Amino acid sequence: MPLIFDIALTHIAGRGRQTLVAVIGVAVGVGFSIAMAALMQGGQDDFVRQLVDTMPHVDITDEQRTARRQPAGDAFATVAISGLRPRDDRRGIINQTAATSWLESWIPGRFAASLKTQGVIRFSSREVGAAIIGIEPEREPGVSPIVGNFVEGSFSALAAGGNNVLIGDTMASRLGAGFGDTITAVSAEGLTRNFKIAGLFHTGTTARDEGEAYVLLKSAQILSARPNAINEIRIKLDDPDRAPAVAQRAEAELGYKAVAWQEANESILEALVVRNVIMYTVVGAIMLVAGFGIYNIISTITHEKARDIAIMKSLGFPESDMRRLFLLEGVAIGAAGSVLGGLFGVSMTYALSLVRFEIAATGQEMTRLPIAWSLMHYVIASAFALGSAAVAGYLPARRAARLNPVEIIRGAS
Amino acid sequence: MSALIETKKLTRVLPETVPVTLVKDITLAIDEREFVAVTGPSGSGKSSLLYLLGLLDRPTAGTLTIGGRDAEPMNERERARTRLSMLGFVFQFHFLLPEFTARENVEIPMRKLGRLARPRMRERAGELLSSLGLGEHLDKRPDQLSGGQRQRVAVARSLANDPPLILADEPTGSLDSKSSEQVFAILENLVRERGKTVVAVTHDLDMAARMDRRIHIVDGKIG
Repeated sequence: MPLIFDIALTHIAGRGRQTLVAVIGVAVGVGFSIAMAALMQGGQDDFVRQLVDTMPHVDITDEQRTARRQPAGDAFATVAISGLRPRDDRRGIINQTAATSWLESWIPGRFAASLKTQGVIRFSSREVGAAIIGIEPEREPGVSPIVGNFVEGSFSALAAGGNNVLIGDTMASRLGAGFGDTITAVSAEGLTRNFKIAGLFHTGTTARDEGEAYVLLKSAQILSARPNAINEIRIKLDDPDRAPAVAQRAEAELGYKAVAWQEANESILEALVVRNVIMYTVVGAIMLVAGFGIYNIISTITHEKARDIAIMKSLGFPESDMRRLFLLEGVAIGAAGSVLGGLFGVSMTYALSLVRFEIAATGQEMTRLPIAWSLMHYVIASAFALGSAAVAGYLPARRAARLNPVEIIRGAS
Repeated sequence: MSALIETKKLTRVLPETVPVTLVKDITLAIDEREFVAVTGPSGSGKSSLLYLLGLLDRPTAGTLTIGGRDAEPMNERERARTRLSMLGFVFQFHFLLPEFTARENVEIPMRKLGRLARPRMRERAGELLSSLGLGEHLDKRPDQLSGGQRQRVAVARSLANDPPLILADEPTGSLDSKSSEQVFAILENLVRERGKTVVAVTHDLDMAARMDRRIHIVDGKIG
């Protein structure tokens, strides 16, 4: 073993309790950082997963980001005429058959076309505003957020045909309607149609449970007087991370606005970034505190060992060796703390993953704390610990190396 | 043949608010195989001179050549290297590293220099200690040894890298008369038998009288 290692080891081994306290200080810091990171990351992943699960990964609607290019604009200089619109405003995704078959040919996932129209659902004397969504029952399950969440009835009831509707349980209770009741849907065009409630779903997303009614595509087209029209294509990808690329390609080809979930939730994702920044700041603060512990012990050692430093320098050790010696001692404590902290982190994370609790508001869902196991947390926490240990060791080491041996020898004799 | 160590007008002034002159205009030359006593009243600057000769301190003015090399342009690392290979120190207090055994203490300078293989270092440390009558105490730590034994370990350590020059600062200052005699005999033997040069600071005039040459320092000057 190199000489400096030897000396460093005897120094820290020589003060067992003090070293242990410093090591534990680092270990606690590393352990808590890891557990906190696992929890934060777990919560974030869980949140993003729910976000990704409940909404389409790419949503193509019959809108455009920029106004459609007008042929007149190519020929004439002045084209800004406001307030004009074609008499027959045929909205919706035009040429939908071509669009869907094109999507079919390359999309790595599933998609479903639908027609979404705003309307009012009436039952007895009550009215609730709703998005009436016409769907194709054969394609919808691939993208639908409601299929697996039925309280009463089931999704297949829609496929069975007839004037059936699926609504959320919250909407049902607001209407005072129940399973099997017949409600009236009134579209923005003023058309009215009766539907029988064939299913009640509860997704946990209030806007959906309260404001969406699912009917057959045909029924929605009749209700909104737009035969054969669709105005939305929702896509679920096998790999949600590819959504932006898919959206870009779809938008370039189809000319309609295609929004990836990342774009739709930009502000939420930004908030998550802020959360991560906060988390790493806290981790940094914990490590800083652990660093003070290391600084303290290395400082103490250099003070106690002032005489040894003088001896070693008089023997012919250069200053750089003295710096290295005490830096090494700090890093050794940091490394021991990292290892111990890693174990601590694993056990604490495991303990957290066992915690179960009920969500008070609904009282029905037993939930576990979302935990993310990631090697990265251990690497980052250890790197932080080693870094702060190195700094905490280096500062007193540098001062110790500068000690003038003559002063110490003179002082001793 | 040139002197082992040579100084010209060596001066050391402490840069305090009122500058303190420790050593002033000392010019001397010490040859190989000399047994030199540096004497003088306490505070006369004899230890300071020794630290300058040992490259532990830098002179304010004057020159110092050691082994024919000018010490002035050497950087900290070169000075450390010179101390390691050319000089051995023995202080009034043993100054051994307390966590290491006698043998390990003697091995440390060898390990730092790294000229020998590890087993050879161990062997040599054992030989050096045995030759100073410590053959039975190789694996004892300093706190398990008597004052005289510790001082002999310190002498063995100063010899670790076989330097030509041993500098001793009151080597017997804290020892009883029997141990003092023993350590003195060892130092004398280093000169007579091993061909070392020993420069020892001492306030013991009897001891100084038994050495080859005496340099008397008064108020930082050769007096």
